[in-house]
Amino acid sequence: MSQEKSHISSYQSHVFVLLALLALTAISVAVTTLELGRLDTLVAMLIAATKAAIVLVWFMHLKFDNKLYAIFTVLVLVVFLLVLYVTFFDYSYR
Amino acid sequence: MSESTKSNHTSFLEYKGKYRGILGWILSTDHKRIGLLYLYTMLVFFSVAAILGLLMKIQLIAPGHTIMGPATYNAMFTMHGIIMIFIIVVPGLPAVFGNFFLPLMIGAKDVAFPKLNLASWWIYVIGILIVLTSQFLGDGPPDTGWTFYAPYSFQTPANIVPALVGAFVLGFSSILTGINFVVTIHRLRTPGMTWFKMPLFPWTLYATAWIQILATPVIGITLLLTVMERTLGVGIFDPALGGDPILYQHLFWIYSHPAVYIMILPGLGVISEIIPVFSRKRIFGYKAIVLSSLAIAFVGYFVWGHHMFTSGMSGRALFAFSFLTFLVAIPSAVKVFNWVATMYKGSLIFQTPFFWAVSFIFVFMIGGFSGLTLGSLATNVHLHDTHFVVAHFHFIVFGGTGFSFLAAIHYWFPKMFGRMFDASWANIGWVVFFAGFLTLYLPMFSLGIMGMPRRYYDYLPEFHAANILSSLGAMLMIAGAMIIIVNLVRSARYGKKTNEKNPWGGKTLEWQADTPPTLENWEEIPEVTEKPYEY
Repeated sequence: MSQEKSHISSYQSHVFVLLALLALTAISVAVTTLELGRLDTLVAMLIAATKAAIVLVWFMHLKFDNKLYAIFTVLVLVVFLLVLYVTFFDYSYR
Repeated sequence: MSESTKSNHTSFLEYKGKYRGILGWILSTDHKRIGLLYLYTMLVFFSVAAILGLLMKIQLIAPGHTIMGPATYNAMFTMHGIIMIFIIVVPGLPAVFGNFFLPLMIGAKDVAFPKLNLASWWIYVIGILIVLTSQFLGDGPPDTGWTFYAPYSFQTPANIVPALVGAFVLGFSSILTGINFVVTIHRLRTPGMTWFKMPLFPWTLYATAWIQILATPVIGITLLLTVMERTLGVGIFDPALGGDPILYQHLFWIYSHPAVYIMILPGLGVISEIIPVFSRKRIFGYKAIVLSSLAIAFVGYFVWGHHMFTSGMSGRALFAFSFLTFLVAIPSAVKVFNWVATMYKGSLIFQTPFFWAVSFIFVFMIGGFSGLTLGSLATNVHLHDTHFVVAHFHFIVFGGTGFSFLAAIHYWFPKMFGRMFDASWANIGWVVFFAGFLTLYLPMFSLGIMGMPRRYYDYLPEFHAANILSSLGAMLMIAGAMIIIVNLVRSARYGKKTNEKNPWGGKTLEWQADTPPTLENWEEIPEVTEKPYEY
């Protein structure tokens, strides 16, 4: 199999990921002090998803690697979302 | 002769590397030795679980207390299930034959991550040991059944936590094997082997590997949450603390239904290998089989709710899950049509692997059709948690995975051990086992329709006759299993030696390798120019 060119991340990029994760962690802690009612879970999930996306795209190189990896990641996310949807199909109509 | 040249010509069974004796096996990163390590481990635990199953059937030969009471019976079916599911059939075909034959069938020297592969086996053994401790520590062996349903699993005084943790650890082994196979298939196919020139067994391993990677973490989380519920009372599944026990069932079956396809898909791949070889005919509808494997893997994710039709789910969810269950039957049926069409007008060769393959189709069809009966909402209400489910389950899991496993071991035996098995004893074993299997499980369908519940050590007198028949079937099947195992073990040691590369006339790459294969499989990496199964 042919050897692919690999991207080497800079230190700045790693520092950016670290700072972004720390900032989002601080925000997710701060958000718990607000009374958001039903939106509580949604906001917490959105922050967590943003953190996961930063790790996947920059720290784990999805942005720079062969697009096949990005396609598989998206497919996995689609399966995950479908599983969630089907599960809540029960809870929403119970 | 240099060390590397020697390794190129020595069979993997005889090769002496850094470690000698048993260490040469349990520390080997050779995919073939690891495959055999799984095989030997499974053989031991299959024997244990089969004996537990036989004891349960002896108990059921007459109503009332025969050889055990209710508590022992509960512990027996729990341990039978945990061993058979988590230790035998889930890792089963991928761990043994996937490890042994995937690199050979795609022309690779090994899997992508050999050390990770060895680590998977060690994790598997550690998981088994943890599960076993549940039998001997604490307040008695687990009695929940292999499903560990909430809320009973955190209310029973039995020793549940080690069984949960053991199953959790076993899941890691499965995930790592899945990752290894996906990377191996993407990266290590030999030159010329495009996706649609890849044999069907690796295709089914590929579909299975994705399920292992994506579904297994869900059961891991669920089992850990159950441990937390039991030890800390976190209130996720416990209704007394505001939790939802049906959420446990959702999470458990989100893994455990796709797990059925982890068990079955590689079996479908094995049968797709054997049928064209023993029909001397190109497989009918190669692409349809490939796509149906992927379709089974995908649709199989969304049918878990059919295990929960009587649990109190919403009506709309019941309808959706029933519809999806009927949908997944289509790609399964595609395969059966293709196998039958392959045999049609073929030059059939009646030898042991072929017998196992065609009997697989027979029992798999019965399992599949009874699955549709259970997938229908109205009939499910009547049949849920009866012996009908036990019969359906065993026709699919034992009939599917077990028969294809036995088909695979007879098919690939000469390549694995460099010896031939005794064909007469193998055929006698098949006849006895097949007859025993049908006598054991067919009466369970009628017992279920008559209303006999599963998981009870006792029953009403009207169920007696069918239970006698079923118990005698269990004895016959165990006799068949003993004939098969003794014949294979004896043949592996004393069978007629063979160096013939291709005793069955197969067209896939593993039949071009030495018999038994050398350490790195190939002196020269083979090049593929045509599709597999071109007769």
